[in-house]
Amino acid sequence: MRLMKNASLATLAFMIGAALASSGQAADGGHAHIERQTWSFGGFTGQYDQAQLQRGFQIYKDSCAFCHGLKRVRFRNLAEPGGPQFPEDAVKALAQSWPNKVTDGPDDQGKMFEREPKPFDPILGPYKNDNEARASQNGALPPDLSLIAKARNVEYTGTWWAHPFSMLRDIATSYQEGGPDYIYALLTGYEEPPADFTLAEGMQYNKAFPGHQIAMPPPIAKDSFIKYQDGSGSMEQNARDIAAFLAWAGDPSLNTRKATGWLVMLYLLVTTLLLYAGKRVIWSKIPH
Amino acid sequence: MASEVEDPDRRDFLVIAGNAFVAVGAAATLWPFVAQMNPDAGAQALASVEIDLSPVKEGQAITAMWRGKPIIIRNRTPDEIKAAEAVPLADLPDQSARNDLLPESTPATDQNRVKEGKDNWLIMVGICTHLGCIPKGQAMGDTKGDFGGWFCPCHGSHYDTSGRIRKGPAPRNLEVPPYEFVSDTKIKIG
Amino acid sequence: MEHTSSYEPKSSFAKWWDDRLPVARLMHGQFVDFPTPRNLNYLWTFGGILTFCLAAQIVTGIVLAMHYQPSAHEAFNSVEAIRRDVNYGWMIRNFHAVGASMFFIAVYIHIFRGLYYGSYKAPREVLWIIGVIIFLVMMATAFMGYALPWGQMSFWGVTVITNLFSSLNEIIPGVGTAVVEWLWGGYSVSGTTLNRFFSLHYLLPFVLAGLVILHIWALHVAGQNNPTGLDIKTKADAVPMYPYAVAKDAVGMFAFLLLFAWFVFFLPDYLGHADNYIEANPLVTPPHIVPEWYFLPFYAILRAIPSKLGGVTAMFAAIAVLVFVPWLDTSRVRSAKYRPLYKWFFWLLVISCLGLGYLGAKPPEGAYVIWSRIFTVYYFVHFLLVMPIIGLIETPKPLPKSISASVLPSGGGGAPHGAAAAPETR
Repeated sequence: MRLMKNASLATLAFMIGAALASSGQAADGGHAHIERQTWSFGGFTGQYDQAQLQRGFQIYKDSCAFCHGLKRVRFRNLAEPGGPQFPEDAVKALAQSWPNKVTDGPDDQGKMFEREPKPFDPILGPYKNDNEARASQNGALPPDLSLIAKARNVEYTGTWWAHPFSMLRDIATSYQEGGPDYIYALLTGYEEPPADFTLAEGMQYNKAFPGHQIAMPPPIAKDSFIKYQDGSGSMEQNARDIAAFLAWAGDPSLNTRKATGWLVMLYLLVTTLLLYAGKRVIWSKIPH
Repeated sequence: MASEVEDPDRRDFLVIAGNAFVAVGAAATLWPFVAQMNPDAGAQALASVEIDLSPVKEGQAITAMWRGKPIIIRNRTPDEIKAAEAVPLADLPDQSARNDLLPESTPATDQNRVKEGKDNWLIMVGICTHLGCIPKGQAMGDTKGDFGGWFCPCHGSHYDTSGRIRKGPAPRNLEVPPYEFVSDTKIKIG
Repeated sequence: MEHTSSYEPKSSFAKWWDDRLPVARLMHGQFVDFPTPRNLNYLWTFGGILTFCLAAQIVTGIVLAMHYQPSAHEAFNSVEAIRRDVNYGWMIRNFHAVGASMFFIAVYIHIFRGLYYGSYKAPREVLWIIGVIIFLVMMATAFMGYALPWGQMSFWGVTVITNLFSSLNEIIPGVGTAVVEWLWGGYSVSGTTLNRFFSLHYLLPFVLAGLVILHIWALHVAGQNNPTGLDIKTKADAVPMYPYAVAKDAVGMFAFLLLFAWFVFFLPDYLGHADNYIEANPLVTPPHIVPEWYFLPFYAILRAIPSKLGGVTAMFAAIAVLVFVPWLDTSRVRSAKYRPLYKWFFWLLVISCLGLGYLGAKPPEGAYVIWSRIFTVYYFVHFLLVMPIIGLIETPKPLPKSISASVLPSGGGGAPHGAAAAPETR
């Protein structure tokens, strides 16, 4: 008990001391504040929304796929539970009609050949390798999107003394959606550069992108977005859906993970309480 | 005090329940560590292949791969088919057709090991049923054993032109994998 | 501390075996009959928790090695295959990655517990030094393990940390370069480096296991310290390890597992860095290279010193100084509970370490550097000046007569005034 009190005292002392000592903030390298979005898969109870993943895939197919690959996702994954879960036949047909073919071989003549993708093949982008991509994209490399939602995160931009509390809150609420938050902010973050901002040639201004200069032209805009099968759609909706789809692409086991997690937590909680009760029983037999 | 120390009541319900929970949890935790060795999703997805038969001339054979196993594909000559059909069932050590698409009790006639109307095409898993070697008999110059089919050099098993064991230690006929003709000259295994 | 095993073979086979290899007798004596101070609090459960952490890392690691491919081309792909395709691969991989962090959380609590209660003081010096060696080997193992996924942080972490050794060039020109190239097996970090790291990452945990056995052996020779810092003098001061200490350890371990599982299932990537989901690229350095959180205090010390060799020396000295703690502490009282003055400095050390950890993740500029220096200076001042001086000038609070007197109301009779302030075990 005493130790606990000491620890909390120390924490408090640290907070106060640190606050008093607060001096000049170090400059941050052009990190914009990124708003947190509400995601169906967010927090410790969240699960993917199948319809949203399906819409998200449509956006990937109709927009992103012209430049970006998704090579760590296989067509078969699109039919698996916990994902968009398209019917298997649809996935088979989709693979067959995918514009980017798979290089296979060598055949009996020793030549490599191109063939239609099968469900077990990766979802390939249009470029065979990074060099080809750079060559046709003015030197910029459109990254593979399989892990983009995992490989991006949101930098903390608040005051430094609140940082520990922010971390504790994120741990308690299990916030892991920095990637999708960033993707959403990026896709909706294109705007006119401020007057004093010099854009390099062929670059776009984006308020979410670190450094604000991005080579990717806006894939969707307020007046130009992908319409869903039911005719609805908006830039924001597009951005939200593709971010959710990419979150799934980077973390396809999320649904199972969280469902299993709850069983495990429940088991551990009950067992801990039982063991504690048992420990009290054992220790109650001796004076202590 | 010593007696108090040394005589705790270990049969207390709470203690037993706690121990039981720990034991069940430990046992349940074992499963993922066992299951991880099973074929993964990538291996399972590769479970079917398509093979083009058009380049295989009569009397020739090719070897394809399915699930990492060699698949023997032979375009049999009429003589070979006749020889295979003429064998009385009683002469066969293994009476089962060993065709994955047919019940195990199906008799090991040549017809039961090929597709109707396509009886020149003999398609089998090329793994000796003895201890897993790959029998000889695919290449022109290979020794084909006493019965003109395949011969396993490891321990001397002889297979006939229908891939049935005739002599040697192997207990079973070569396995016919599940396959179908998707066109006249193309098969899909698995 | 003399005690004999009360083991009695139950069958004739057990007796036959016991006459030839009395392993059960040894275990019974050391882990059943073993006298543990009756006043241990939950901080003493971390030894058992750490043993569990090591075992869990070894088991999950062996499983991951069944699927992992230690080559520059396939390492990243194989980790992705584990996450996506291997049965329960995501779970086992999360368990291993989060497990490394949990291992360090537990070891830091364990170390600071030792520092607070004076567990390093005679006769436990060797026990403590083995602990410092375990800590060092743990850090080496974790560092090499972090290289294996071959993401951007893996690659650049290896580059930066191995380059520390190039500071030897400032002593003898050429030596640093030679050492670094020897570590790399080339002229840059490459697949060759990855392969040797994998080999050593597989080996070192077993070295750790051996060191842990020595650590426990030394512990069982000297006996456990306890919140009063007093030795066990009478039978009343101790209880047999089983079932008393074991029951408490089990509660501590499962409470710890709750935290562990929370991260494994709900925050698997929180303790890692997003850049490690980008495959290693020797041509692009990430904007901020940060080590894993458990190295941050040492990383901050490294960067606090404005000279390359100085920084590296300070960083290694920060660990090396721990070896001398048993002799730097001049106090005749073990536990800080009875050291009214030292107690404050202890918490100052904790704050310094936390502060260094926070600053290690920040860019080395402006106020961050100043605070890193202040905390670094305090870190060394604490061990090199505070510990020896306070021990000499401080008047400790009166100690209880015995361990049992500190916890049993009627235990040792008239307990001195100070004992009233002693915490109960729960």
